[in-house]
Amino acid sequence: METVTLQNIVKTYNNGSVKAVDDVSFTVKEGELFGLIGPDGAGKTSIFRILTTVLLADKGQASVAGFDVVKDYKEIRASVGYMPGKFSLYQDLTVLENLNFFATVFGTTIEENYELIKDIYDQIKPFNNRRAGKLSGGMKQKLALCCALIHKPKVLLLDEPTTGVDVVSRKEFWEMLKTLKRQGITILVSTPYMDEATLCERIALIQDGKIMTVDAPENIMKAYPTKLYAARSREIYRLLLDYRSDEAIESSYAFGEYLHITLHNKVHDGLSKLNEIAEKKGHVEIQVKEIKATIEDSFIRLMGEKEAKV
Amino acid sequence: MKQLLVFIKKEFYHVFRDRRTLLIMFGLPIVQIILFGFALSSEVKNIHLVIADYSKDVKSQKLINKIMTSEYLLVEQVNLNYQEIEQEFKRGEVKGALIIPVNFSSDLLHSGKSQIQVITDGSDPNISKTITNYLTAIIVDFQQQEALSDQVPALLSIQPEVRMLFNEEGNGSLNFIPGVMALILMIICTALTSVSVVKEKEMGTMEVLLVSPFKPVFVLIAKAIPYLLLSLANFTLILLLAVFVLDVEVRGSLLLLYLESTLFIITCLSLGLLISNVTNSQQTALLISLMGMMLPTLIFTGFIMPLENMPKIFQVISNFIPSRWYYLAVKSVMLKGLGFSYVWKETLVLTGMTVGLLSIALKKFKVRL
Repeated sequence: METVTLQNIVKTYNNGSVKAVDDVSFTVKEGELFGLIGPDGAGKTSIFRILTTVLLADKGQASVAGFDVVKDYKEIRASVGYMPGKFSLYQDLTVLENLNFFATVFGTTIEENYELIKDIYDQIKPFNNRRAGKLSGGMKQKLALCCALIHKPKVLLLDEPTTGVDVVSRKEFWEMLKTLKRQGITILVSTPYMDEATLCERIALIQDGKIMTVDAPENIMKAYPTKLYAARSREIYRLLLDYRSDEAIESSYAFGEYLHITLHNKVHDGLSKLNEIAEKKGHVEIQVKEIKATIEDSFIRLMGEKEAKV
Repeated sequence: MKQLLVFIKKEFYHVFRDRRTLLIMFGLPIVQIILFGFALSSEVKNIHLVIADYSKDVKSQKLINKIMTSEYLLVEQVNLNYQEIEQEFKRGEVKGALIIPVNFSSDLLHSGKSQIQVITDGSDPNISKTITNYLTAIIVDFQQQEALSDQVPALLSIQPEVRMLFNEEGNGSLNFIPGVMALILMIICTALTSVSVVKEKEMGTMEVLLVSPFKPVFVLIAKAIPYLLLSLANFTLILLLAVFVLDVEVRGSLLLLYLESTLFIITCLSLGLLISNVTNSQQTALLISLMGMMLPTLIFTGFIMPLENMPKIFQVISNFIPSRWYYLAVKSVMLKGLGFSYVWKETLVLTGMTVGLLSIALKKFKVRL
């Protein structure tokens, strides 16, 4: 069963001059941990706002938990847990006051759904009397998650919950999401970090308001159409330029300490070809190896294909 | 209901934890009352007056003693010639001079007529007029006393007796208090409510609130109630200051005064809510509610400049300013001690405005971003 569906959703701003969401369709199955992956400005927040009914789409239909986002907006508002991208709790209220407030607004109490938030809440409990504005980034996100969960929502919509959070807290946060998933909550989460994509069951890659692909992250990585190589030398930037200027090379881009390279189909032995080019240009300490594509490689390739089409 | 209560509680936390807002809310009335009550008083007190007595006899001394008992005049008795008096005026300290001529008493005794010269500093017409009035009153009084004791028929048997109705002592604070009340309530209610809703939009908390079963109408009510209570507390503070610091007497029914004030506060809150619903930043909201409301309130309420002296067009505009009607109602109830039958019109106008503003505010409330 589908918990969240979007059909040909279009959203423009400034009287249509800025297209934020361009004909987006995808579905999230019940109990799924679904990731919306894309850089800043890709349209992720607009999609979240349309799903939480606070923004109206120009075209298309969408539903959450079986309710239409336009007609049944009141039902959706009562049944989803939403965490906006920007920290949106009362900064001048304490942790406990915020939690109490949101519990009451949703017609419940902290005690009633304590089991659901216990694991997360225990971590911020020592700061019960601290004002929310004075919490660290990771703590803030944990509190916001608690507030979004307090009414035991069927669907959890988290807009960039890990942006601006340190690596350790990010990891913890994803662990929490997995725990929540096990309790049967459908989770739609967005993130600009490609490395978080593999933590989701299925992901949608989004760029410039358009969905490029929707699938399980492993499938997306497996579907990478050509062989991918990583290479480095002492002068990595010059190597990048040298590869780019060679005809046999399809694409070459920096990726961490390495360059990631794909070659045109006609080249058979990629490894020796890359070594040969580098040696010809006088590079030293050359390392070349074949690697598996990551989500980021897939993303970059899909982005390139999309641009080539335009 | 429980939701509403917790929301109201939250609003109180916001107010009490925001020192600046608290300071504005309760500091402003104190400053305003003191400013308007004391500094901007239209009464003239402690005017420096010099008396040159050339007659130097019992009668002139009697007159001087009488003048000296006046609390409005600071009398210095010196014998100066005309040039010296002019010098005194030029120095600016002295605002008036009274010159009693040599044959003051003998003229009075023999011909029943005598002359006294009063010189005032005409560069300040207001003070100048006040001195002339004070002195004339004292001299006429003196004349009557003399006439009685000397069995001489009084020259002026009919005296115009000036009484300032509702304000016998000429207490200048009286007129300002209702005006200041209107001004403070208008500014505080409008500005604070307008900011409080916009703040939620700016901080992003509105987005979370919208995605909850909380009804939009409740947001408005929950925002208005704490400010209504705080404004009533504020009103009480102003009233206490007026009664105990400025000696203003509340003549009418205290209950009616509170009812009228509650109505006016609700009018202002509705206006604030309307502003907050159509703006998107605290700055805009503040600018509209402070700049947009302060000046019209000051001008069109009528407590600084009488509305009757304004051009017709301004008089028409003043009808749309809520504080104008509240000012009239407070003046009637508080200062004149009149009952509801005299303020029904003002009450009706304010009620109409409230209903109108509230319905527009509700209509303008965005259930989406």
